[in-house]
Amino acid sequence: MPEILLNGRPVRVPAEVTLLAALHAAGYGSTRVSLSGERRGALCGMGICYECRVRVNGTTQRSCLTPVQDGMRVEEVPNGL
Amino acid sequence: MASEPLLTPDVLVIGAGPAGLTAALTAAQGGASVLLADLNPGPGGQIWRGLKAGQGGEAGDLLRQVQAQPKVQTLYGAELKLVETVQGRNRPERVAQFGTPGGARRVQAGTVILATGSSERFLPFPGWTLPGVVGAGGLQAMVKGGLDVKGARVVVAGSGPLLLAVAAGLRAKGAKVVAVAEQAGVGSLAAFGLAAARSGGKAGEAAELAWALRGVPYLPATFPVRAEGEKQLERVTLRTGRAEFGLRCDWLAAGFGLVPDTRAAALFGCALGSGGEVQVSVWGATSVPGVYAAGELTGVGGADKARLEGFVAACAATGQVERLHDAPRQAESVRSFQAALGRSFALRPQLARLAAPATIVCRCEDVPHAALQGCHSWTEAKLHTRCGMGPCQGRICGPATETLYGWRFSGVRPPLSPLSIADLLSEPAPISPLPASQEPI
Repeated sequence: MPEILLNGRPVRVPAEVTLLAALHAAGYGSTRVSLSGERRGALCGMGICYECRVRVNGTTQRSCLTPVQDGMRVEEVPNGL
Repeated sequence: MASEPLLTPDVLVIGAGPAGLTAALTAAQGGASVLLADLNPGPGGQIWRGLKAGQGGEAGDLLRQVQAQPKVQTLYGAELKLVETVQGRNRPERVAQFGTPGGARRVQAGTVILATGSSERFLPFPGWTLPGVVGAGGLQAMVKGGLDVKGARVVVAGSGPLLLAVAAGLRAKGAKVVAVAEQAGVGSLAAFGLAAARSGGKAGEAAELAWALRGVPYLPATFPVRAEGEKQLERVTLRTGRAEFGLRCDWLAAGFGLVPDTRAAALFGCALGSGGEVQVSVWGATSVPGVYAAGELTGVGGADKARLEGFVAACAATGQVERLHDAPRQAESVRSFQAALGRSFALRPQLARLAAPATIVCRCEDVPHAALQGCHSWTEAKLHTRCGMGPCQGRICGPATETLYGWRFSGVRPPLSPLSIADLLSEPAPISPLPASQEPI
């Protein structure tokens, strides 16, 4: 099982899945905070809505389009970005 | 800063679903070199997401044939950003710039076949922004990407035959499908069933779905009016007639039909029809010379229509007109199915009135319904409220505002999606085949 660094904490996640699926498996059903402060999670599952975006190794990526990889550093995007 | 090397296939196919795969194969069979590009990490598009060459059925067959074609190169994880027109050897050619995980790639081709498919229509209702409220096709895609739904309670809602396929797929993965709520009424569904039965092959599919969904309530004339939960979805309220009832659930998978994805076509300058689809000739030619369109973006009609159009457009684009003798008969069959889809699953007017004043319509910029009600057009809404100006660039709220306010969602401009500064500044790298370890997930 790959290990990712999730908000600085090492977490084991399933292999061969999207980062979105891995985040859910790690208990993160919500991926970001909206401009007005609502918790949000993935909506479209296919790269359109950008609700599932997170910081991956320092750049913003849509987790639904990103295959999970061992050693990924994953953080929540700063509010509003 | 962008410079050589530039990829220069004879034909650029954008989208690797049923239409794009068929088009790539057909063009290569006619001797053309093809670059097949797709946003996803692998082939299949939405309907065949996660397609593997080892799998059976027509999708697996098609992919194996494409992979056996030395003239087809693939570029996955490639998102179209910019298009320019340049003078080619003897006619104008297009240069398309893609963002990929490996940096920017530029492709110049005299012939482009757009097969960008469709995306779901989402409609705002109170609570639709809660985590756990997702698209119907959306949840299906997430599950194909490895999301675990075993034991989860799911309500599937919205409209269209996709709901049944989604429900069956979720159930196969161990989800407890609490109900499937279809907004269309019984009469429409019966009419659609008859039309589908007349269209060869569809009756068998319907019987399989019915068997896979035995015991799951299928509720016609029923739609979601509210989703509630503390931090995430806990419960959805459905309405049928004047009655409302609540269902406890972990996921609400709600999609209100499909919308042709015409953004790439708009970037190429292709004219759109009154229904928001790309206008094409019987050969799939768009209003822009050298640019063809095939599949859902010319009108939502399913995978059979997409495959036929991919074949026809590629034949027309690469001078293989002799292969088209049977196309008119097949076209009639897919068109009648397409028409039945449109008629039977037309959205009921109440769906445009579900949003409360405080309900967010534009999720990127958090613009509520109340702020948009005073606007008269998409452009005015963008200027006054920032509706449609966030990262998704109106791909979610644009189709919603069509339904809610009758606006025409327009104004695509480059780049199509956020472009990184690194991509703008980088030298485009040469393309190389994916290593075996990068099998699509």
